[in-house]
Amino acid sequence: MPSEIFQNIESTAVPLPIENVDTDQIIPARFLKATTRDGFGENLFRDWRFDKNGLSKEGFVLNNLSYSGTILVGGKNFGSGSSREHAAWAIHDYGFKVVVSSFFADIFKNNALNNGLLPVQVSDSFLSTLFEAIEQDAATIIKVNLEEQTISIAASGASENFDINPYKKKCLLNGYDDIDYLLSIKEKIVHFEKSRT
Amino acid sequence: MAGKTLFDKIWDKHVVDEIKGGPSVLYIDRHLIHEVTSPQAFAGIESRGISLFRPENTVATPDHNVPTVDQHLSIKDELSRFQVNKLTENCEKHGVTLYGLNHPYHGIVHVIGPELGITQPGLTMVCGDSHTSTHGAFGSVAFGIGTSEVEMVLATQCILQPKPKKMRITVDGELAKGVTAKDVVLYIIAKISASGGTGYFIEYAGSVIRSLSMEGRMTVCNMSIESGARGGLIAPDQTTFDYVKGREFAPSGDDFDQAVERWKLLKSDDDAVFDKELHYDAADIEPMITYGTNPGMGAKIKDKIPAVEEIDPATRESYEKSLAYMGFDAGSPIAGRKVDYIFVGSCTNGRIEDLREVAQFVKGKRKAEHVTAWIVPGSKQVEEQAHEEGITEILEASGFKLRQPGCSACLAMNDDKVPEGMLAVATSNRNFEGRQGPGSRTMLASPLTAAAAAVTGIISDPRSLL
Repeated sequence: MPSEIFQNIESTAVPLPIENVDTDQIIPARFLKATTRDGFGENLFRDWRFDKNGLSKEGFVLNNLSYSGTILVGGKNFGSGSSREHAAWAIHDYGFKVVVSSFFADIFKNNALNNGLLPVQVSDSFLSTLFEAIEQDAATIIKVNLEEQTISIAASGASENFDINPYKKKCLLNGYDDIDYLLSIKEKIVHFEKSRT
Repeated sequence: MAGKTLFDKIWDKHVVDEIKGGPSVLYIDRHLIHEVTSPQAFAGIESRGISLFRPENTVATPDHNVPTVDQHLSIKDELSRFQVNKLTENCEKHGVTLYGLNHPYHGIVHVIGPELGITQPGLTMVCGDSHTSTHGAFGSVAFGIGTSEVEMVLATQCILQPKPKKMRITVDGELAKGVTAKDVVLYIIAKISASGGTGYFIEYAGSVIRSLSMEGRMTVCNMSIESGARGGLIAPDQTTFDYVKGREFAPSGDDFDQAVERWKLLKSDDDAVFDKELHYDAADIEPMITYGTNPGMGAKIKDKIPAVEEIDPATRESYEKSLAYMGFDAGSPIAGRKVDYIFVGSCTNGRIEDLREVAQFVKGKRKAEHVTAWIVPGSKQVEEQAHEEGITEILEASGFKLRQPGCSACLAMNDDKVPEGMLAVATSNRNFEGRQGPGSRTMLASPLTAAAAAVTGIISDPRSLL
């Protein structure tokens, strides 16, 4: 089943300069009871965003109208903890297309890539540059070019390259799906099974 | 050419194909599923109009969402009931073996795999749950996956995975009395941090690891993910073979003997090269507990919470935020804090040895009045065994009650939620903000330390009460 094709992004960004943002913060376990992939954005960062009465917490960045955009910039070790793909679904469902950090947890990174959400890993210093630029001007435009594997700040031109597995890059740029790929090599899999016995 | 690590030996044997510049196509021997991370995968299979490739290699059980009391009744929470029923429906429709609520084999997915002999040395195992690393205790390559990957396994028995780097952590020496497997792994994570293992698969080695029972080894491997590592494994030995022998789905008779001959070869070569090697000495390991909001924030119970000046300036803000959530002062002693809840259970410490340890400790003592204690067996079989061994009675005589199996307060998806602001000592694996319920505060420790907290009502070093 073809999935969404990843387009280049030019957007303002939402800064979340907190380290070790774990998947329980991204989407708390009590919101994992759905049996479909939709609607998790509503509870993204639920307990940071809302108090126990469901009222918006002042001071949390998603409640700050100055910040918007399709790029989320997080602190080091983003997405640690549980393997719940719901974390990637929630971020994507909320409207983000890119998550930037200086370090991602492994499972989160895989889950993001499998859902058209691009994890962009940058150096600690470039991450600081990004946070500073956004803090100084919430209207700062960040550009992400997957083809070129670059992330840059439009105004200053500050730029950095990022790594991505070439296979995953191809999938995102073309909307290819891992399961379609695996189904296409089923004969090889059957042959592998026979060769082991 | 350098020798191979145990991890490489197992991984390489399961590679069906390599994508140029991309991940490996890895064949999966055993797939475990539960109610939370599988429904969307089954929906994906159905919308593609395909059937499961090898349904006999998948086993299901509902664990995350189930109540731990009155399991004979219908689940009260509507969404939980729907999700658990959906698992039953999916398993029936697609021919997957299900150990549902009240089945004698029901339990937490990572507890039932080993106890049924589904988990065996040399296998590749996955589950849509990060604590799948538990099964590495048997010398298997086992790790958690996302729901898209669950769908891949259902559809093709394979996943696409980049090969991780290898780390070996060697713990030598002899553990002192009152120091357990949980303390060993909390010690390791405190040393390497909650992200120190990211990108790696860990092999645990050394005399301390060898001396652990299978259940102790499972506790260590279980928490590999809390250092960021995808998984951890331990070379199988006689302890492993003795544990596997005679279990429901383990090979039997001549098949078992032949399997053991193969399993004996499962170890890293003497000249194998790891990307990273760490060594620790058992003499430095004491009862451990966490004081912050990630599992890397751990210390010896007798220690103080680190002063802000001891923390790397780059991470001070996060450190202070974490302590503010816990309501703890930097530089203050860890022991002596009043405890409101204790939770013994989870895939980390919900096995029979954990319950035995707690029962032995509390025997002849009383639970402190103000402490609410949840003791939750990891499976129906553990629950039954606790009844048979008289553990249930000992617990009751000391003011405790054994609940019914499930993930329970580890992630508080069911009703077992620690109320806002309350402090819990938990034997589970995560102390994230709100993990045990919105606003709850969690300190991770061994079953022995949780039992000591339950009896004294405060954070205490269990050795002072042994």
